[in-house]
Amino acid sequence: MTSLLVIIVLVLLTIALWQLTKIFDLTQVGSDTNYTQVADDKDNNTQGYLMFGFLAFIYIFTIYGLIKWGGLVLHTPASAHGGELDNLMNITWVVIFFVQTITQALLYYFSFKYRGKKEQKALYFSDNNRLELIWSVIPAIVLAGLILYGLYAWTNIMFIDEDENTVDIEIYAQQFNWTARYSGEDNILGKANVRYIEGVNTLGVDLTDQYSQDDKVVKELHLPLGKKIHFKMRSQDVLHSAFFPHFRAQMNCVPGMVTEFAFEPIYTTAQYRELPFMQEKVANINAIRAKKSIELVAKGEPALDPYTFDYLLLCNKICGASHYNMQMKIIVDTPEDYKKWLKDKPTLVEEVKIANAPAPKATDNAVKNTDSTMAKDSKILTEVIAKK
Amino acid sequence: MSAEGHDHGHDHEHEHEHHHKDTFITKYIFSIDHKMISKQYLITGIIMGVIGVGMSMLFRMQLAWPEESFKIFNFLLGDKFAPNGVMTNDIYLALVTIHGTIMVFFVLTAALSGTFSNLLIPLQIGARDMASGFLNMVSYWLFFTSSVVMVCSLFVESGPASAGWTIYPPLSALPQAITGSGTGMTLWLVSMAIFIASSLLGSLNYVVTVINLRTKGMSMTRLPLTIWAFFVTALIGIISFPVLLSAALLLIMDRGFGTSFFLSDIYIAGEVLHYQGGSPVLFEHLFWFLGHPEVYIVLLPALGITSEVIATNSRKPIFGYRAMIMSILAIAFLSTIVWGHHMFISGMNPFLGSVFTFTTLLIAIPSAVKAFNYITTLWKGNLQLNPAMLFSIGLVSTFITGGLTGIILGDSTLDINVHDTYFVVAHFHLVMGISALYGMFAGIYHWFPKMFGRMLNKNLGYVHFWVTAVCAYGVFFPMHFIGLAGLPRRYYTNTNFPLFDDLQNVNVLITTFALIGGVFQLVFLYNFFSSIFYGKRTVQNPWKSNTLEWTAPIKHIHGNWEGEIPHVHRWPYDYSKPGYEEDFVPQNVPMKEGEEQLHH
Repeated sequence: MTSLLVIIVLVLLTIALWQLTKIFDLTQVGSDTNYTQVADDKDNNTQGYLMFGFLAFIYIFTIYGLIKWGGLVLHTPASAHGGELDNLMNITWVVIFFVQTITQALLYYFSFKYRGKKEQKALYFSDNNRLELIWSVIPAIVLAGLILYGLYAWTNIMFIDEDENTVDIEIYAQQFNWTARYSGEDNILGKANVRYIEGVNTLGVDLTDQYSQDDKVVKELHLPLGKKIHFKMRSQDVLHSAFFPHFRAQMNCVPGMVTEFAFEPIYTTAQYRELPFMQEKVANINAIRAKKSIELVAKGEPALDPYTFDYLLLCNKICGASHYNMQMKIIVDTPEDYKKWLKDKPTLVEEVKIANAPAPKATDNAVKNTDSTMAKDSKILTEVIAKK
Repeated sequence: MSAEGHDHGHDHEHEHEHHHKDTFITKYIFSIDHKMISKQYLITGIIMGVIGVGMSMLFRMQLAWPEESFKIFNFLLGDKFAPNGVMTNDIYLALVTIHGTIMVFFVLTAALSGTFSNLLIPLQIGARDMASGFLNMVSYWLFFTSSVVMVCSLFVESGPASAGWTIYPPLSALPQAITGSGTGMTLWLVSMAIFIASSLLGSLNYVVTVINLRTKGMSMTRLPLTIWAFFVTALIGIISFPVLLSAALLLIMDRGFGTSFFLSDIYIAGEVLHYQGGSPVLFEHLFWFLGHPEVYIVLLPALGITSEVIATNSRKPIFGYRAMIMSILAIAFLSTIVWGHHMFISGMNPFLGSVFTFTTLLIAIPSAVKAFNYITTLWKGNLQLNPAMLFSIGLVSTFITGGLTGIILGDSTLDINVHDTYFVVAHFHLVMGISALYGMFAGIYHWFPKMFGRMLNKNLGYVHFWVTAVCAYGVFFPMHFIGLAGLPRRYYTNTNFPLFDDLQNVNVLITTFALIGGVFQLVFLYNFFSSIFYGKRTVQNPWKSNTLEWTAPIKHIHGNWEGEIPHVHRWPYDYSKPGYEEDFVPQNVPMKEGEEQLHH
């Protein structure tokens, strides 16, 4: 509602401005009507000063932004390769800020300095090969440096050494949640295809494959500290993108193929929470949430839970209506805790066995269960509607 | 002499037509006159632009005040998509999708190129009309039809297309995956197929006209940079749009006829689909083979307009004319081999990523040359700060700011963590959205007298520029920060991630700027439509420009010039040339004896 009011105010403001210009135009009657809408010296002067003012605006806004929002951006990387990536990013930022500051200054300063005057004549200066050469070669050299560093880093990050001792984990995407499959003792993921999806085997693992016997399927991703994790991504329906912002990692999940990404976590969740920047961030977020909670409570709604930091896996490729809520919690443990956690999890084969056991109640598989509850729900619904 | 004789013959023909055949329908509706067609493109484009910008204001409100109730949502979107004034997630994605489609294709491709290529190519090269007036008319009406289909798609029951403007399958192929992939998507594809046909007919016409119909003396190196830009843009369009057409056709087959070009191994809504062996990555390749050149199809005409406007209003030759042409050609060539930078993390081989990083960063060199040349053109000029000039300077500014962050996104390593975040949104809106829009505004302010015989009000133009300039930075500069904070784009709301709670204030600020900037476009609309009828009458050559269009009579006639078409004796940038009293020497003024052609 307030914004509607704002819009109305703006419209009125616009009308006021228009009226002002009308009055201004009326005062011009009698002067040379043909050239009235072409900038004259007075306009050039005003606009020239405004150009200079705009330069100041850009600078001030940039500095304001850096101070006010600089702290919001992702901080310390939580993966081994993240440092290199951030380093390249920082070097690139230096180049960008340098060029931005100088070119914008020249552009707007010239616009101000050489604003038109009747008696002034422009310099006929159409070409200079040396200048052209300078501003072709310098960017070329700078870019060559950035390209080389970038390609070096890219190769290090993306080409996964097959011989290296990695922990293989499958990330499985579907509308709108994530599942992880651990490769178990043999560290080899069993074969899988959507055509094997049945009951609790929601990932379509081929249960006859010898490698899938010890595979474990979980809804919360635990990673061991200091081990390189080799992720293999699959999707069952549409494109998704597995985005691990704190680990500087991202890879699309593509139906019909397996994509890969590997990184090594270097902070456990507990350690990362302790980092000073993170404590500050969480405190800030909790202050915001507390403020919001007060408003909510006043409206009679429940207050928001306080926030504690957890690594997250987000979906970062539009995947449907609930794309905005497709996430999985990631917990980085010490290798010991990780082992303990994983040991307690049943293998998929065991889960399937339990699900298929002829015991009463638990017999129905998950899909049937939801079907029957849905049927029940709709029955109740129709009854309610009928009564009304 | 024979050429002159031919010209005269032509004129009689035209007078003949003029007296006997101009009915309301042939003049205003099914016109084959390039000047009328250019106006048709512009006005259709403005209407589409209002829809596209309006949508962005709606979804910006949703992002700033998520899930809050606004009467205007309910009023505009209806009970289905905004029950009780709260926007649904389905319509949010549809708004984002259609905003992108309309702005990229309908406004910045068709309306920008269509308006100014049509208006300026014949007038600036000294031709009576386009090579084929009929094809030109067909091109416009196909564009009009595709606009109508696109607008109709907004009203289908399951909602308009909502898989993002890049319409990646399987999301766009399967109605089970998202409601917008039903009839809405079908209409989207039909609309785009018609649109591509329109664009190809237009482009072919532009290329043929520039090659064949230049007046005597108008060699390729005497063409204004506007024409170079339109010419090269048309070439890129001819090369790349057919690829999008084939992608769209294959997608239509996957959707309707059960083929598996882009689909494989899909389990959705509780069943396994029959698709086998296709790849969504193939679609991404085909889409971006157009999609990236498309960026330059949008940008080059804007840069061409800027070159002309900056030179004229600086009263100075454009600096480095040949270098400008070379950089246009280099950008055009490189633009066709960089598409993979949209796909670094698509699952394609990382080695391909290395190659595309290399080609992508190369494109920064010709871009830098252009930016530096514009700045040097301003140096020691006598700047006439007309609204068109302000928009052109603004373009150079946003082109630099937006272009520089391209160094980050074009680098595969850095792209990993900013891919598909708001950082990308900030980057491309500045470098191609705002820049191209500024180019379009510059063109409108500059050539409005040529199109309508009247002037736009300059004071309203100044207000329009300054509010737009502040708001454009106000919207897109903060967006870089929330992108670097890891906020993904195309999220209906961020409330499910407490992690992003501290970004909400920034979103509110962005939306505030967006609303102010959007509403102030009304100033432009008012100025535009009222000036068509009530603007001050223009003089023959209001900006004291050198190019040929200003030698044509103010009142539009078929064939553009009464009598002979002027001959060209010099390049278009003889501004403030030593030895001349006036600070401009039009292209049709013969060289004085002993006068040097000072440019190389």
